[in-house]
Amino acid sequence: MAQVEIRNVSKSFGDVKVVDNVNIFIKEGEFLVLLGPSGCGKTTLLRMIAGLEDITSGEIWIGGKVVNNTSPKERNIAMVFQSYALYPHMSVFENIQFPLKNQRMNKEKIREKVEWAAGMFGIEKLLNRKPRQLSGGERQRVAIARAMVRSPNVFLLDEPLSNLDAKLRASAREELQQFQEKVGITTIYVTHDQIEAMGLGDHIAVMSKGKVHQIGTPKEVYNNPADTFVASFMGSPPMNLIEKDDSILGFRPENFVPIDMLNADEGIETLEFFVTWFEDLGSDSLVYGNVKFQSSSSQKHVVSRLQSRANIKIEKGKTYTFAIKRQDLRFFDVKTGYKKNAH
Amino acid sequence: MGKLKKIYSKSFLGLSAFFFILFSTFPFYWMLIATFKRDHDLFSPNNNPFLFNEPATIKHLSELLFNTLFLKYMFNTFWVGTVVVVITLIIAVPAAYCLSRWSGKTGENLGIGIFLTYLVPPTLLFIPLSRIISFFGLHESLGALILIYPTFTIPFCTWLLMGFFKSIPKDIEEQAMIDGCSRLGAMIKIIFPLSISGILTVIVFTFTLTMHEFIYALSFISVSAHKTISVGVPTELVRGDVFRWGPLMAGALIPSIPVAILYTFFLDRFISGFTMGAVK
Amino acid sequence: MLRQDIKRMLTKNWMDNKKLLSAIMITPAILYILIMVGLPLILAIFYSFSDATTGSSDFKFIGLQNFRDILEDPIFRKSLMNTFIFTFSSQIIVLILSNILAMVLAANYRGKWIVRFLILLPWTAPISLGTIGWLWMLDSIFSPFDWILRYMGLLGTQNALLGNMSNMYWLGEPVYAMASVILVHIWRILPLSTVILMAGLSSIPHDLMEAASIDGAGFFRTFFKIKIPLLIPIMSISLLFGFVFTFTDMTVVYVLTRGGPIHSTQVLSSWAFLKGIEAGDLAHGAAIALFLLPLLACVVILILKLARRTEVT
Repeated sequence: MAQVEIRNVSKSFGDVKVVDNVNIFIKEGEFLVLLGPSGCGKTTLLRMIAGLEDITSGEIWIGGKVVNNTSPKERNIAMVFQSYALYPHMSVFENIQFPLKNQRMNKEKIREKVEWAAGMFGIEKLLNRKPRQLSGGERQRVAIARAMVRSPNVFLLDEPLSNLDAKLRASAREELQQFQEKVGITTIYVTHDQIEAMGLGDHIAVMSKGKVHQIGTPKEVYNNPADTFVASFMGSPPMNLIEKDDSILGFRPENFVPIDMLNADEGIETLEFFVTWFEDLGSDSLVYGNVKFQSSSSQKHVVSRLQSRANIKIEKGKTYTFAIKRQDLRFFDVKTGYKKNAH
Repeated sequence: MGKLKKIYSKSFLGLSAFFFILFSTFPFYWMLIATFKRDHDLFSPNNNPFLFNEPATIKHLSELLFNTLFLKYMFNTFWVGTVVVVITLIIAVPAAYCLSRWSGKTGENLGIGIFLTYLVPPTLLFIPLSRIISFFGLHESLGALILIYPTFTIPFCTWLLMGFFKSIPKDIEEQAMIDGCSRLGAMIKIIFPLSISGILTVIVFTFTLTMHEFIYALSFISVSAHKTISVGVPTELVRGDVFRWGPLMAGALIPSIPVAILYTFFLDRFISGFTMGAVK
Repeated sequence: MLRQDIKRMLTKNWMDNKKLLSAIMITPAILYILIMVGLPLILAIFYSFSDATTGSSDFKFIGLQNFRDILEDPIFRKSLMNTFIFTFSSQIIVLILSNILAMVLAANYRGKWIVRFLILLPWTAPISLGTIGWLWMLDSIFSPFDWILRYMGLLGTQNALLGNMSNMYWLGEPVYAMASVILVHIWRILPLSTVILMAGLSSIPHDLMEAASIDGAGFFRTFFKIKIPLLIPIMSISLLFGFVFTFTDMTVVYVLTRGGPIHSTQVLSSWAFLKGIEAGDLAHGAAIALFLLPLLACVVILILKLARRTEVT
């Protein structure tokens, strides 16, 4: 187990800077999620931590040592690839024992360890099979078992759930988190799926175009996005962003409700909401429409998320008065997109 | 009506298949019957040449095996083939692996460049190569062929292997590096076992290509005892005092069949290399 | 930057050093090709401007004299002409026949592998040995073709269609000899061309053919409107390879006729061989062989273009 520090790390392929001056500190035993759209540099960053990619500038520290010039095998890290990268010519048993064999561990010990790891992930019965005889979920378990079998310093995962179907993904997520809590290994997890990030991470680092935009707990990142990118990336549908005067106004769809649902004493902002489209998702309803400001003539498209339980009649083509609590409003700078402190 | 049409088209297909097979195999059938025909039968212009008019004989066969250098040619061919296979593997496997792992188009382009040297014909190179061979003092020795044959086996096999290595995901060797192998170790422990079929293909092709080769062998070897099959049979057995057709045909047939069987077995891979990925 | 690179080189184990490893791995292949293909190619050009012979090791440059000599040589001109005739006529026929053959073989039936094996024999067996079979079949006295013709009464009797001699002398008459050489080239290349086409045919998506048959397209319509256009890139590749193999080959000519009778089947490569190797006139041999180069260069460029195009789809 070790802490990981990423100091001013950059990576360029030719003229393209794919990772741009990234600083992240990951405590021992922490679960950090690198979140961002595809091509944001998160996988490259993970590969640099793993030692698969050279570092153009900056330093990566694992367990108090600079690892810039050490090969992957010297870093004692484990990694699960998106494709799981199981060795196709080896049985599940041989796959899991491979890292141990490279450490020249004796046979008895290897067998014991492999059985322990297999037991942990419920794959004892699969040990003699070849990877091609396994289902997607089983492959993922084998890959994780292989990664864990030698108690690595750091555990790296590159979108390990993206090849599973939706149902399996939810249970795998749960399992993964419980497991990480149990063994307490420092974990860095790459994903583009914000639901995974919210559910799994102690901390989330949101990345875009090679830069880290915000690092924080899932709650912080969701409630107090550091800039408009994070605001528009987190949440589904994301935060509504509308330009007003000299700043950008942001509010979450679930905080944008008919005026009679709020207590006017708390301090609210009201908006005239012309409804253009209505979607009933079962537990929630999404209301799409435009709002108009007194100050400008242009209309802004926004979304509201209402709990179906609230039982409010909304029809498209009509205008309603909606409101947001002042405390739920966020302000961003028009030019930089950075968060401004509330007025 | 429809049924009749089907029968027609079927018999048309069958008939044309028959003619094509006849065209392809007739020379080999011809070798086969000449091998076992008595000389008197072979050399009577009025006998039906397609049949045995007299009892069959193995005289030609025994003459080929015991009164000619045929077995020596076989041995020479085998020896040259084996050494060339080893050289080709030692040079082409690392090169192909390396090219397949280069990022971007560089590897691909260099690979195509290497492949195209396979098309530079022996007829263009044999004159200058004769000088290079005497420079190395290899004139009239099998060493000359061992030195030259990799010029066409390396380009072709490098290209073929590149395709094989490319089909192995990069993830797998990176995983191996994370699991405690060095880059070289990952290649030896993981990549090579996974490309055994590719390496086997290369061995077979190198071997058949060297057995097929005629021009260099003709140009650089004129001592009978050093000839290979492809040159020894047509030059030594034809250009003697008499045309010894019986042993000659036996000598042409015997090596052809095993080579053809091996080659056919691996042909699909050869074709997909040839068409440069246009056909999977 | 550079200092970092050097540091990395030194600190990393060499077995993990990507740049060093790839240099070690690729260099032998490139060196080999440069020395054994590149260098001779340059030497060939070198010789063609000199008066080098096998006998002596010193030579001097004589400019374009060799090329002037060979261009004035009627045998060279004949060879050049023959090379083109043999290559083009055999490749055109191969193109037509391989299309038919590929279709015939595409059907599924039992014992397909043995049919495939038999059809492929001319390509898979060593060419010099296969050609010997032909040599015996085209023998001046014992040719089975002559026997059939005699049997049918077309040869060897008074007033017979093909003359009263008992044999055709296939390799003795210039026209027949040329036809024989072309025939053997077709025999040799047809299987290769066919399997390439078959591979192409099997890579046409099955639903495309089904869509065509649902749209009511008949056999010939699907063949000409769908199969042929989709097969054109692959057909061109097989044609180009067939072209290279025929254009540069001398095995068939050497074994069958040695260029005879009276150079009527001489081709560039066999003539270069006879001059440069057998007669030891390196300079003229090299000059003759060099005539292969521009055409090959064109073919290579075409192949590259095609390969690029097929890659996109």
